[in-house]
Amino acid sequence: MITQEPNLAEQIDIQETLTRMVKALEPLKASRPLMIGIQTGGAWVAQLLHQMLKLEEPLGTLDISFYRDDFTRIGVNPQVKTSDLPVDVDNRHIILVDDVLHTGRTIRAAMNEIFDYGRPACVTLATLIERDGRELPIRADVVGQSVRLNTKEHIKLIKNQEDLTPGSLELVIQKAGE
Amino acid sequence: MTNDLQFDSQGQLRNLLTIEGLNRQTILDILNTAESFIAVGEREIKKVPLLRGKTVVNLFFESSTRTRTTFEIAAKRLSADVININPSVSSTNKGETLLDTIDNLEAMHTDLFVVRHKDSGAAYLVAKHLPPHVRLINAGDGRHAHPTQALLDSFTIRQYKKDFSQLRVAIVGDILHSRVARSLIHVLNILGVPEVRVIAPKTLLPVDVEKLGVRCFYDMRTGLEDADVVVMLRLQRERMQGALIPSEQEYFNLYGLTLEKLKHAKDDAIIMHPGPMNRGLEIDSAVADGERAVILPQVTNGIAVRMAVMAIVMGGSAPKDRRPGQ
Repeated sequence: MITQEPNLAEQIDIQETLTRMVKALEPLKASRPLMIGIQTGGAWVAQLLHQMLKLEEPLGTLDISFYRDDFTRIGVNPQVKTSDLPVDVDNRHIILVDDVLHTGRTIRAAMNEIFDYGRPACVTLATLIERDGRELPIRADVVGQSVRLNTKEHIKLIKNQEDLTPGSLELVIQKAGE
Repeated sequence: MTNDLQFDSQGQLRNLLTIEGLNRQTILDILNTAESFIAVGEREIKKVPLLRGKTVVNLFFESSTRTRTTFEIAAKRLSADVININPSVSSTNKGETLLDTIDNLEAMHTDLFVVRHKDSGAAYLVAKHLPPHVRLINAGDGRHAHPTQALLDSFTIRQYKKDFSQLRVAIVGDILHSRVARSLIHVLNILGVPEVRVIAPKTLLPVDVEKLGVRCFYDMRTGLEDADVVVMLRLQRERMQGALIPSEQEYFNLYGLTLEKLKHAKDDAIIMHPGPMNRGLEIDSAVADGERAVILPQVTNGIAVRMAVMAIVMGGSAPKDRRPGQ
């Protein structure tokens, strides 16, 4: 049984959070970074940041399904999407974008996948939401909003409209069990 | 009964023996997963870590180059350890039975078997014998089934034709001996292709072939009329007992695909062949090497589709599920 708790999630203004992230990312533009969003929530955030920052290089997307460490338990996600890195990552500055940083396992998988494409010069991690519950020594360099949640709670980014705008995105908190 | 072996109690695909019993969604999941593996094959490092530490045994009791090689590459691109066994030059020659061979390989902690055998039903027999944590993919059993070929063929059709619901597909040649044809007919019916045709001399059509859901034609020109996809089959002379065709020249004249006969199909029709091709017997070189042939893309797609099937049947195979000694 999953119930939805709107309060905390509703207090976060996504437009404002993105603006804050853009400000923090602005100085990195000089290094002509490649932005890569992790499917699917991270890809939405990356697409919006990419527009707002007016980055020259095309946006990349990553589906980490084939790199997950829980494959032997849960199998392949049937909705797996194609990873698309349109520009060679060798010696480039990568800005890796995700919607929620939680255990850190997704980021580990994403970095493993990026390194199968080449050897980037450096990787900066930007996440819309950073929450507690890290299981790996991974930290975000740019954080939109930090939240503290109960271990049974999950915060999730969803898209309510066909067209992607900051207004089409919504954060929801789902409670497992109870 | 087959489906008890193909699916677990949660409805997850565990062994792939035949297309029969799969539903549309399972097939689409395989094709969509394969789509993502195509991109992996185009990268600098063509490997993902999904099956790291798993042991795959390719057990081919019947010779094969293309299928065995693409299964091997597929397993390697998933980071599995893969062993090829060709029992015609090993222990079965010394009198060991099929199931004894399997037991020995299973005792070496094999996680996945890919089996090809000249007898129909061999894959089913082996799957029934294996403990539940060991998985099996049928790479062709006798005249019965060749499910991964049918999946890669439908993947290739979707790549060029997008929408299954508008297509006319003609399968030409030795339908009688062809496990490829049987599996392909099933997959196209499940995917909703409105018209599947078979074109062959009566001697090369199975009895009651219409019951599989196809229209029969004995003449190439009428059968190819307005076809979107033409699948040529190899004339399987090694399986033929008795005189099923008058002569090879006569067969080519009547059923060999030439540019002239191809004019009856649609202008944008694609030509497929599962290989190996007999040039000048079922297909003319001008067609096989022509721009509408997608025979080599079929081979490339075969790797991605086999990666998808392997990944799906091996998914969720955590050691805690192991039930040894069964």
